[in-house]
Amino acid sequence: MSGMMQVSSARTLPKGLPQLAALLVVLLVNWLVFRDFFAVRLQDGRLFGSLIDVLNRGAPVAILALGMTLVIATRGIDLSVGAVMAIAGATAATLTAQGYPLPAALAAAAGVGLACGLWNGILVAILEIQPFVATLILMVAGRGFAQLIAEGQIITFVSEGFAAIGGGSFLMLPMPVVIALAMLIVTHFVIRYTALGLFIEATGANVRSSAYAGIGTKVVTIAVYMWCSLCAAIAGLIVTADIRGADANNAGLWLELDAILAVVVGGTSLFGGRFSLGLSVVGALIIQAMNTGILLSGFPPEYNLIVKAIVVLAVLLAQTPVLSGLRFIWRAKA
Amino acid sequence: MQLKSEQPDLLEISGLTKGFPGVQALDHVDFTLRAGEIHGLLGENGAGKSTLIKVLTGVFRRDGGSICLDGQEIEARDPADALSLGIGTVYQEVNLLPNLSVAENLFIGRQPHRFGLVRTGEMRGRSSELLATYGLHINVADPLGSYSVAVQQIIAIARAVDLSAKVLILDEPTASLDAQEVETLFRILNDLKARGIGIVFVTHFLDQVYAVCDRITVLRNGRLVGSRPIAELPRIELVSMMLGRELAAEALHRNQRPAVTGNPMVAFKDYGKRRLVEPFDLEIRPGEVVGLAGLLGSGRTETAKLVFGIERAESGQAFVDGKPVRIASPRDASRLRFGFTPEDRKTEGIVAELSIRENIILALQAQRGWLHQIPRRKQDEIANRFIKLLDIRTPDAEKPIGLLSGGNQQKALLARWLATEPRFLILDEPTRGIDVGAHAEIIRLIERLCDDGLALLVISSELEEIASYSDRVVVLRDRKHVRELSGPEVNADTIMTTIASHQ
Repeated sequence: MSGMMQVSSARTLPKGLPQLAALLVVLLVNWLVFRDFFAVRLQDGRLFGSLIDVLNRGAPVAILALGMTLVIATRGIDLSVGAVMAIAGATAATLTAQGYPLPAALAAAAGVGLACGLWNGILVAILEIQPFVATLILMVAGRGFAQLIAEGQIITFVSEGFAAIGGGSFLMLPMPVVIALAMLIVTHFVIRYTALGLFIEATGANVRSSAYAGIGTKVVTIAVYMWCSLCAAIAGLIVTADIRGADANNAGLWLELDAILAVVVGGTSLFGGRFSLGLSVVGALIIQAMNTGILLSGFPPEYNLIVKAIVVLAVLLAQTPVLSGLRFIWRAKA
Repeated sequence: MQLKSEQPDLLEISGLTKGFPGVQALDHVDFTLRAGEIHGLLGENGAGKSTLIKVLTGVFRRDGGSICLDGQEIEARDPADALSLGIGTVYQEVNLLPNLSVAENLFIGRQPHRFGLVRTGEMRGRSSELLATYGLHINVADPLGSYSVAVQQIIAIARAVDLSAKVLILDEPTASLDAQEVETLFRILNDLKARGIGIVFVTHFLDQVYAVCDRITVLRNGRLVGSRPIAELPRIELVSMMLGRELAAEALHRNQRPAVTGNPMVAFKDYGKRRLVEPFDLEIRPGEVVGLAGLLGSGRTETAKLVFGIERAESGQAFVDGKPVRIASPRDASRLRFGFTPEDRKTEGIVAELSIRENIILALQAQRGWLHQIPRRKQDEIANRFIKLLDIRTPDAEKPIGLLSGGNQQKALLARWLATEPRFLILDEPTRGIDVGAHAEIIRLIERLCDDGLALLVISSELEEIASYSDRVVVLRDRKHVRELSGPEVNADTIMTTIASHQ
């Protein structure tokens, strides 16, 4: 094992290079198929353009990826984020439709999100259920809860304040982009300017050694699932505000997979340990840039999934020690 | 050099060598097995027993040496290949499929069939016959998992032997069996022996060695200590072969110090946990080293884990400075300023992926809590200070700790706890698997810490070593603290006699 680590530390590309290169390539291809891709214009005090659209549409998955990165760094996984989005959206929409003030609705949604995270965290850390199965429970049951909250209907609401979370702008940037940036900064500070980041990486890399060193690994694990669900709740609020309504069946559907993909593309190993929040966000942008590019190119959207798979495969291959080893041999021969 | 028997050797291993990064797991080991012999393979953790078996059965590739079976040089590619060559292995954790029936397990991969369909009836019939020869009359259609470990083991043995095994390797088969099950197993082993099968029996229970083995081979630190017929081997000599006594040359024999007096810093009264270690009393004063001696499985490590809160005591009370305390987790222990370096460095000590710096500050940071991050400059300072102080050989503190050698990893783990300024340190086999130079350094360090007024509890199977630095030695046997030696009694010979005596 130590031999392998030597390979990866000595012979792989600099950290982050494959992801940034992939993002650049995808953006360039988008520009090739749609020459106005990089055109950005200012209108009514807000920026518009395809590039801005990528950021705006990519924001929910980027926020999910933040929480997912931390969960995956502890060697876990959270399949329930899509369902938590639906629950949070339904909660906020229902309260807003019933006339509660906006802060109360948002706080309730965030509270419900944290409660979902606590549930996942307890299943994983205290009851020691495998994360995949533990969060599958909420993934399945969560949509049921969301439907119960919304009483089986699509709840629509009229609230300019709430709608602004999805459609408004701040400092010329769309509100979802601002929220995603804010979440990235807050998460980064909470993780890197406290010892939490170290505890998360240590717990993910070797939970037993970490516990023996006196780290409260169970508390760390629960905290990470709660943060992940909070991120999901915020993402859920954005998509709900965007359509001015909560659709318990479809809000956040399959987005857990995009979030996991973004994290993996960002280079965080599913075996836990070292992680990078920034690169997970880059991963989310790669995915969204591809979605947007395919729409712009006029390709049938069915190709979307296949192209996505190919790009993801390419990024992952660029990170594997095996290929790096081959490259090393090839270079040595040349 | 061995007495020649009329029987030729069935299996002959000579000069077997296998290294892993940082450790020489096997160093020119010789081993012979005759047909119709039960051969005990003994040694402490890390002695090289399991590496020897894994090389023999093709799990690992050897670096050098030869393995001959029936006079033919062999090299197994994997365990299945080894089995087809005639070497079957049964592990403590039975490696069959618990959800399949007994009969399916016996015939998996070679089911009798006709027209592509498995002939279940014939398979069951043959299974029942086969097991009957082992005195086992069970319903072979039941899933394997519904039977006890003992029965599963017999089934695993039956399968291995039926697949034309000439050599049968049993890796700690008795660890989870009760006395009667062990009896049954031994009866079967004697039957197989009579049929001319060579059996390698890995265990650490001395009574069982004397009950069933014809010969024993002892390994220590990857090297062959010796092979002897059991009939002419006194118990005490076997123990001395297993536990090291080779340190004499460079060990610093401390001058006999006056007994440490004063109030104990830590005390445990009637402390114990069922199945782990029987209730014991233990007191350690500041500046005192208490050694724990005993064979593998005697309750040494279990005592350490109980004291550090990794296992929760079911009875008794712990005291620090005379006041009762609760130690329900390593976190509690760490808050009381205890420290613990485990025996299994890789899985319980280091976090291989993280840097040396992060590993060194881990316990201190955990004590401070997540909100009070140690500033990076301070982290660098702590890490560099200990790298220098303990002479950890590394180009810099940012290297992943997994890349260091065993001795340097051990020093980094000591640094992890020293950084917390502990009052009580528990060191489980601090010198295991590390090179001679680092070995002496760590012993010197233990003595220095003791002079600084720390209370130390040290576990070691190196008797000269433990005798050299301990003020008192507690001897364990069968998960019980059997005797405490102090003063002039603290010497390797007395420790060994106490371990070997059985009443």
